[in-house]
Amino acid sequence: MATTPTREVARRVFAGEFNDATYTFTESDDERAPVYLLLPTGERVNRVFVVGTLMETEDVGDDSEYWQGQVIDPNGDRFYMYAGQYQPDAASMLRELEPPAYIAVVGKPRTYETDDGEVNVSLRPESITEVDAAVRDRWVVETAERTLDRVQAFQADAAEDPEDGATVDEYVAMAREEYDYPVENYRRLVVGALESLEDDEIEASAGD
Amino acid sequence: MTDLRTHATEIHEQFSDQLDLSVDDVEERLETLVEEYKVPVSEARRSVVNTYLDEAGMDRDDLGGGGSGNEQVQVADVDAPEEWVDITAKVVELWDPRSDAVAQVGLLGDETGRIKFTKWSKSDLSELEEGAVYHLRNVVTDEYQGRFSVKLNRTTVIEERDEDIEVGDDDVTVEGALVDIQSGSGLIKRCPEEECTRVLQNGRCSEHGEVEGEFDLRIKGVLDDGEDVHEVLFDQDATEELTGITLEAAKEMAMDALDTSVVADEMRADVLGQYYRVTGPTFGRYVLVDELETLTEPADAEAVLIKARSI
Repeated sequence: MATTPTREVARRVFAGEFNDATYTFTESDDERAPVYLLLPTGERVNRVFVVGTLMETEDVGDDSEYWQGQVIDPNGDRFYMYAGQYQPDAASMLRELEPPAYIAVVGKPRTYETDDGEVNVSLRPESITEVDAAVRDRWVVETAERTLDRVQAFQADAAEDPEDGATVDEYVAMAREEYDYPVENYRRLVVGALESLEDDEIEASAGD
Repeated sequence: MTDLRTHATEIHEQFSDQLDLSVDDVEERLETLVEEYKVPVSEARRSVVNTYLDEAGMDRDDLGGGGSGNEQVQVADVDAPEEWVDITAKVVELWDPRSDAVAQVGLLGDETGRIKFTKWSKSDLSELEEGAVYHLRNVVTDEYQGRFSVKLNRTTVIEERDEDIEVGDDDVTVEGALVDIQSGSGLIKRCPEEECTRVLQNGRCSEHGEVEGEFDLRIKGVLDDGEDVHEVLFDQDATEELTGITLEAAKEMAMDALDTSVVADEMRADVLGQYYRVTGPTFGRYVLVDELETLTEPADAEAVLIKARSI
């Protein structure tokens, strides 16, 4: 029925999990088929929404401007993003913003392989806007919830007997195949992120 | 076939199992009422049907869907144009007809939602009253830009029902982060031709060609909660509430910059990445924003933390 392709959901993921997600795939041979990043918790990602603290910006381009931005999440893990001439709005935001600042980023995941064979994961921003602490806190809780949902789905799937496991989720199965990270790591990211919010609250009330 | 003949045939069908009568008999009765006693057709039909119900010792409910063979539908079931249906609904609102060809226009509603109706002047049907419930037989569905309506016509039978209907709210509420503002947002120009209002592309209306457009504000946005995306449409009022930029201010901004796109740019900087909850009816794939709330309260971290620690 739908003649227009459905818009890809912007997934919520902490930087620690995002940077572990080095495997990408497409679901058809079409040249323009969307490229998905596979999260270790078993979800495919073609777009993400990130809110965090912009820590550093740097023009890393040779001939033309190519801006790198580093956004830190509550666990201290960083999202790396790059914007050049084809992302003029995002590039000018990275040029103009003074770190530290809370920013919201909508972007597409990108991977590239370094000379020594390591895969680095980054973000190509579609938009960058400055936001306040309330938006950032909301994002942290939301991302914690979404991550926890994925961890639970992964564990529920793992509990099934794979022999008759008709219920096994396609992307959970793919994640088990491609990655060797314990999903427990990502539950810890959730706990760590939420505890950091609680610490903020304690500090805030101590300051009264 | 005349209208009366059509009605007579339908009534005949309804009673042919119970009573020994011909289509001519039925038509004669209708004719007497309509032509001699100037009774409106729908009332005449109602009266004739009642007579036969008495004769057959039947209740009106025994007639079921009626002789028209139409499906009795609910408002939310209407999903295709040009279907003949029967509908029982309350007149929620009556609007002022914009044309002499239209006798009455407004909204009908039942438990499942609301739908626009049009009653043509030439159909010569009895007057519908706001707040009353009617059983409408033989109405035709129609569609315009993804929105459905029903049209009453000469063969429509209107029966008032002595009941009330709790009209359902077909509004939806969606929330999430505003992750995109699509092209065609901000300060736009619409075609000034009557009932057109199409958005101009480079000063041209796709229907009326080059026209002097009228300024308007709107935002076509995307709310995304990490699981689903919802396209949402803010009209002028909602856009002003969302961005704090009035139509007048937007015009000034565009005038100063000699460019209308500065308005959308300014709006993007203000609202992208913020969390909102919006409520309104759906229109095609869009939610039309009636109510708008910025979600500034931090979500409940405690509950999620307890859950995270427990698994």
